[in-house]
Amino acid sequence: MALVEIKNVRKNYGTLEVLKGVSLDVEKGEIVTIIGRSGSGKSTLLRCINALETINSGEILLEGQSVSAKMDGLRQMRQKVGIVFQAFNLFPHMTIEKNVTLAPILTGKTDKQGARKLALSVLERVGLADKLKAYPEQLSGGQQQRVAIARCLAMSPHLMLFDEVTSALDPELVGEVLKVMEEMAAQGMTMVLVTHEMNFARNVATKLVFMHQGRVWEQGDPKTLFANPQTPELKSFIGHHAG
Amino acid sequence: MPNFNFRPLWRYSDQFIDGVLTTLLLTVSATMIGLIIGIIGAIVLRGGPKPARIAVRTYIEIIRNTPALLQIFIIFFVPPTIGLKFSPIQASIVALSIYFGAYASEILRSGLNSIPASQIEAGLCLGLTRWQVLSRIVLPPAIRNIYPSITSQFVLLLLGTSIASQVSADELFHAAGFIDSRTYRSFEVYALTCGIYFTLVVLFKIAFALVGRAAFRWPTRR
Ligand SMILES: Nc1ncnc2c1ncn2[C@@H]1O[C@H](COP(=O)(O)OP(=O)(O)O)[C@@H](O)[C@H]1O
Ligand SMILES: [Mg+2]
Repeated sequence: MALVEIKNVRKNYGTLEVLKGVSLDVEKGEIVTIIGRSGSGKSTLLRCINALETINSGEILLEGQSVSAKMDGLRQMRQKVGIVFQAFNLFPHMTIEKNVTLAPILTGKTDKQGARKLALSVLERVGLADKLKAYPEQLSGGQQQRVAIARCLAMSPHLMLFDEVTSALDPELVGEVLKVMEEMAAQGMTMVLVTHEMNFARNVATKLVFMHQGRVWEQGDPKTLFANPQTPELKSFIGHHAG
Repeated sequence: MPNFNFRPLWRYSDQFIDGVLTTLLLTVSATMIGLIIGIIGAIVLRGGPKPARIAVRTYIEIIRNTPALLQIFIIFFVPPTIGLKFSPIQASIVALSIYFGAYASEILRSGLNSIPASQIEAGLCLGLTRWQVLSRIVLPPAIRNIYPSITSQFVLLLLGTSIASQVSADELFHAAGFIDSRTYRSFEVYALTCGIYFTLVVLFKIAFALVGRAAFRWPTRR
């Protein structure tokens, strides 16, 4: 059984059909990158996986359990799925430590004593153990994004979703975030990420998914697809994003 | 050279003090109850079922577009006709709470709206409950954003408690009228009363500023 099974999912906003029958499996330990033009439905697909959006038909299974906004155990499901957004979305009024430990404490994953240790251990993984007492506003974009990743890690997720997490960063800050993600990949985290970082898609991912007009247009081994795109759409997309 | 003499007022210091205490009682009670009304009102306005939203909106519009004096009269004189009797102070607290609640609903709603939906989403994605997201993630920055408007609304309420004198609640302004009628020192009485209101407002503003500085320590952009 795959960790995530997306089966013929359709999603529309009013009359606009954004996902037109998407099917995709994510095995445990896989690093899946989703690429595709703006508006092709990449973010929507990610947001359906943790039921931030409701789907109109089809089914999404997470560890065999059908996911929806009305499911029993919605919160328990979300505690297992970390998601990082382009805009960091740290809580501005909390220190970095509080940002990272809020959810583990409120969901009973740790007590107050354990929280400090937990914060240190996840912040160490993203190289920010010295920022415990800082506020988000005092950090660079790259640092904030690493805290956002640490905040998810503190929940020991089974799956991590990333939606263009380096797109809002100054170019010189992209590397530090990608490095953290590569390390997570190396440690066996299951990851699904939407990205424009073609090097990451080619070299780190275990599967590449090209979305086009609300469909999975092509998917497969990243190196093979980059070398041999089967459709003109992917070919032209790779041409535009060569690097 | 007018001949001012504050000395005759000295005998009435107890009345002044009682007046101040009643004014504070009215202000603080109406603020507490009004804030609770405001929180409920704001939450309903943002996400309640449509009939509830319409009801809250109607309440706010009626209160904000009619004289507060009239509202206090209605609360004081109408319930007795159905056998429900309020003392002047009770009626004043009820009326002023309803009054403050309408303004607080609007202010709190704008505070909640000032927090981007992405913050709520981030909280829900961590597996928190709606209530946890509201209380831990949304409210603190929202309250910071509306702190100045809540402070000035509070000041308006404090000054507005003087209308309770019209249903003979013996708050500060009512006490002033009483002392004036005994001493015939109108200028002195009302000058002193003015000074007391002013001092109260300044003290509260200082207190609010101190509390605000202690509570809102996190750095913000701009
Ligand atoms: N909340 C929404 N309401 C209406 N349309 C939306 C909404 N979110 C996304 N869309 C539309 O859905 C399409 C796919 O969006 P999205 O999934 O964000 O694409 P991508 O992430 O690939 O750029 C776009 O046409 C977008 O305008
Ligand atoms: Mg997107």
